[in-house]
Amino acid sequence: MPALTREETLELIQEVLEVYPEKAKKDRAKHLAVNDHDIEQSKKCITSNRKSLPGVMTIRGCAYAGSKGVVWGPIKDMIHISHGPVGCGQYSRAGRRNYYVGHTGVNTFGTMNFTSDFQEKDIVFGGDKKLGKLITELESLFPLSKGISVQSECPIGLIGDDIESVAREQAKALGKPIVPVRCEGFRGVSQSLGHHIANDAIRDWVIGNRDGDERFVATPYDVAIIGDYNIGGDAWSSRILLEEMGLRVVAQWPGDGTLAELELTPKVKLNLIHCYRSMNYISRFMEEKYGIPWMEYNFFGPTKIAESLRKIAARFDESIQAKAEAVIARYQAQSEAVIAKYRPRLEGKKVMLYVGGLRPRHVIGAYEDLGMEVVGTGYEFAHNDDYDRTIKEMGNATLLYDDLTGFELEEIVQRIRPDLVGSGVKEKYLFQKMGIPFRQMHSWDYSGPYHGYDGFAIFARDMDMTINNPCWDKLKAPWVKDAATAAAALAARA
Amino acid sequence: MPNVMIRRKDSGELLFYVAKKDLEETIASVQVDTALQWGGEVALTDGSRWYVEPISPPPVFPATLRFRRGEG
Repeated sequence: MPALTREETLELIQEVLEVYPEKAKKDRAKHLAVNDHDIEQSKKCITSNRKSLPGVMTIRGCAYAGSKGVVWGPIKDMIHISHGPVGCGQYSRAGRRNYYVGHTGVNTFGTMNFTSDFQEKDIVFGGDKKLGKLITELESLFPLSKGISVQSECPIGLIGDDIESVAREQAKALGKPIVPVRCEGFRGVSQSLGHHIANDAIRDWVIGNRDGDERFVATPYDVAIIGDYNIGGDAWSSRILLEEMGLRVVAQWPGDGTLAELELTPKVKLNLIHCYRSMNYISRFMEEKYGIPWMEYNFFGPTKIAESLRKIAARFDESIQAKAEAVIARYQAQSEAVIAKYRPRLEGKKVMLYVGGLRPRHVIGAYEDLGMEVVGTGYEFAHNDDYDRTIKEMGNATLLYDDLTGFELEEIVQRIRPDLVGSGVKEKYLFQKMGIPFRQMHSWDYSGPYHGYDGFAIFARDMDMTINNPCWDKLKAPWVKDAATAAAALAARA
Repeated sequence: MPNVMIRRKDSGELLFYVAKKDLEETIASVQVDTALQWGGEVALTDGSRWYVEPISPPPVFPATLRFRRGEG
């Protein structure tokens, strides 16, 4: 299918919206747009970060998911208590594949689930006593934990428990930081507010812990990687590039991060933000309080990596800039070989993305390096500033969508028939049954890493493996030639 | 009266950011911007106007200030 013109895309949006009642149609129309490079500000074409319509299927998560699942969960040497009923923690346990090194259950706790398992009596009489008891118990079972965070689930806010006072009391008793996080699931419209709340908790309870402590020996080349979740090892393949160009990565979090790294972040010279959506709040805070500048970077695909490495190097002196060029040159042969191998197999394929965070715009460059074209992109929980950044990355007249409903996603994919859909776990099997190749882009479909030059090789292999998989032309039963012959066969049998 | 964080962009312009409102806009003009004072009515590139009592000495950006909605 050739690329759609602006008018055709607009028409497509109208047709998809046709089934809705008048009011819902009006509301949803604001969330679907055609990309236009002439628009400077996204708020003129697309509405985002609004409450999802009741009655439609949304793919969003809750504030607890944003705090426990995304921001706090990967901090490996802290114990994160899912405070409330058992399900929230158990069903999200270890689903995001934030890799880390350490001995789980001894000094790291990333894939474990800790919960206060609320019962009826805890709702009626309050759960603060239970929380205190739980923390003491945790200390005796896991003495090597560096700290504890209390991630509230919905009931905590509803019954008005005072987790802050429990945290203060226990922190004094144990001599470890205990961070209460007010990330009850009902707050906000999506997981995005959970990110913000988690950032605020880091700001209030962690970042200032080593203020005035000058024992840490800083160098002029200290940086922090913030907002890399180390999915499938992403942060590791990013970190080596920065280290090869002569920078010292003092802190890397949340992915494979530690409490000590969080606390040392205010000592660095530059904060590097990968996931802008979930970590911009804390970076802005550190810029204001400690005067640490921050910048966004993109480590998907060789073009964007080179661009980002140069941009990062420009913040430092010439020796770093020279080393950055050397790094780019060193990996050039490797990424050219990857492109030479996979580009002929993937050239001209169309991709539709519907993910969250930074991926809907960041991976576009990687697809383009492989000769593929992104025809539609959208976020589950983005804000205006994300779309501001997306408009420039996407081609003209491509589709932009915000908080798509299950129906819209299905319908748009059905009409555009892209060669690849990149979205989440919940959508995966639907599209595979429709015969459309699909990659689960939330956690790289159980593969990865995708960041950095090493990650790009895996990315290219995975895309090829999915799109050119021989299974896609085996979806029809071998005796069904087409609809007409099938009908004839049926008629003959009768 | 939102809390507004003002920071300098890479290009040198001032950026007006309100986290709660998702507003991130470049500042077009500031009423008082001298060596002694900064503030007054602030106009953004999207046309909206905000007001803060002139601060002296001028704040070091980035800084969080409490703004009021301006007239017009």
